[in-house]
Amino acid sequence: MSAAPPILSVRDLSVRFATRRGSVEAVRGVSFEVAAGRSLGLVGESGSGKSQTCYAIMGLMPGNATVGGSARLEGEQLVGATRARLDALRGRRMGLVFQDPMTALTPHMTVGAQLCEILAYHEGAGSAEARRRALEIMERVRITDPERRFEMYPFELSGGMRQRIVIATALVLRPALLIADEPTTALDVTVQAEVLRTFRAVVEHTGTSLVLVTHDLGVVAGACDEVAVMYAGRIVERAATADLFHAPAHPYTRALLACRPRLDDPPVARLRTIEGQPPSLAGREDDGCAFAPRCGFAQAACHSQRPALLTRRAADGTTREVACHLDAPP
Amino acid sequence: MTADAGTLVAAAASLRGESLWRAAAGRFAANRAAMAGVLILVLITAFAFIAPLVSPHEMETNDWERIQIAPTAEQAHWFGTDANGRDLFVRVAAGARVSLAIGLITTLVAVLIGVLYGAVAGYVGGRTDQVMMRIVDVLYALPLFFAIIILVTVFGRNIFLVFLAIGAVEWLTIARIVRGQTLAAKQTEYVEAARSLGAPATRIILRHIVPNVVGPVIVFSTLLVPTVILVESFLSFLGLGVQEPQTSWGLLISQGTAALDSAPWLLVIPASFLAATMFAFNFIGDGLRDALDPRDEA
Repeated sequence: MSAAPPILSVRDLSVRFATRRGSVEAVRGVSFEVAAGRSLGLVGESGSGKSQTCYAIMGLMPGNATVGGSARLEGEQLVGATRARLDALRGRRMGLVFQDPMTALTPHMTVGAQLCEILAYHEGAGSAEARRRALEIMERVRITDPERRFEMYPFELSGGMRQRIVIATALVLRPALLIADEPTTALDVTVQAEVLRTFRAVVEHTGTSLVLVTHDLGVVAGACDEVAVMYAGRIVERAATADLFHAPAHPYTRALLACRPRLDDPPVARLRTIEGQPPSLAGREDDGCAFAPRCGFAQAACHSQRPALLTRRAADGTTREVACHLDAPP
Repeated sequence: MTADAGTLVAAAASLRGESLWRAAAGRFAANRAAMAGVLILVLITAFAFIAPLVSPHEMETNDWERIQIAPTAEQAHWFGTDANGRDLFVRVAAGARVSLAIGLITTLVAVLIGVLYGAVAGYVGGRTDQVMMRIVDVLYALPLFFAIIILVTVFGRNIFLVFLAIGAVEWLTIARIVRGQTLAAKQTEYVEAARSLGAPATRIILRHIVPNVVGPVIVFSTLLVPTVILVESFLSFLGLGVQEPQTSWGLLISQGTAALDSAPWLLVIPASFLAATMFAFNFIGDGLRDALDPRDEA
């Protein structure tokens, strides 16, 4: 949207797993870009392909996966890049924050040693230099008393503290892109808010671009400029966060937003759900819209023809991408 | 009581912000059987090196006046003499040096080879893993003593060959243990995280996987040391191991059995040393297992 070239440009990315029971297409042609210093939220149910999209970008795929399409980081093609090239890019140009801070840190090394190690093997930093920069990044992710925490083992830190360390390991080399895979899911709500604030602050301060994967719309609202909603391996709607929450266009997005419990719900109200199940990603795909079987507004065309992701201009001048046959929000 | 002390030590350690290893060391120190094992080993090792200094006798000198005499303070033959009039006290000490050296060095070699081999097979996975582990299976299928006897007959009898032959067989189990542990560790997020930070494979194996899988290996190798000593004893007993004028516990026991009727001390004394060492290592192994796995602490 802006003139500057995007940090991350994903075009028609697909991920297919060969399993014993045939192939599973987890990601089916996903396209988006993230500009410098911007943040994108990837939202969807379990199995919608949001995490696999991220792992495919990072090149962290198991042996039975085939990745198609293109993902460019600062113009460099990542799909099909050599292992050595990916090793050089990972950490330095792109970092990944894992879901569970309890398991994402090596248990027998102090957190300081883990931070210094990254600096040592990517940049050959000497121990004094590495220590200085490790303490600096620990301070940046708002770890209090970094000097003392530097000497601690992961098991001696709380969950929120550990997640900050994980974020620090992903950021210590100042990558252009930070990918966070459900970074707050394993944390309780108050800690979640703090960690999200840390994310925001870090992204603003360092100009790192952020891709935040989550199933929690509240997290996206608090941390992202833009949101892409995924369903069955595809993006069904992409819009600026405020626009998406204010006027969701795709029936799936609407249903998701309607499912959020609200504080003013009566205490005995049942939680709202979307009827039905997401489609299986195994085998050949049906011709129609993947959401049609669960969609309250589905028409004949929805079952026979897959809607393309098209740019729409709303009456108030905002633009968004929606994949739906229905012209206007019903 | 012991368990309480262990918990306290561990708790104190974590309060002070100390490492997992320190906490494990605390639990180990609180384990009486294990500490007794350590004490026995220290005493035997001290004996092995101090005995020759204390005794007026040389291990190869024959005292023709006193052949096969029972333990006595006379002439300082504290453990008696053998059929050639050689002092058993210094000979047991010499045997201790050889047996312990074989046990420790061979185990060290087996651990080094086994850990690296198993970690590489487990981490790389796929076809490499298949080929590497089938090689292990094939070697495993060879009977240990058969293999060693062939080696010894082909290359002649040599103490280093004994190290090599036993080590070449014992690393197989370690490779299997480490491979299994590595397969599990490979799935953990911290290894994935290290990969996501661009750590090269050698670095991941040596820094993130091996230190996390050595626990079971340490336990296994303390139990391997007595096995190796026993294998060496058996080889020497068969006449395939250590050769005169060198001696080892196995050789002394072998010679002792020959004179069992007339001079039982020739068998009983070296056999007691061997048995005490076995017990000591087993106690230490058990203690390490408990110390490294705090979940078992009831």
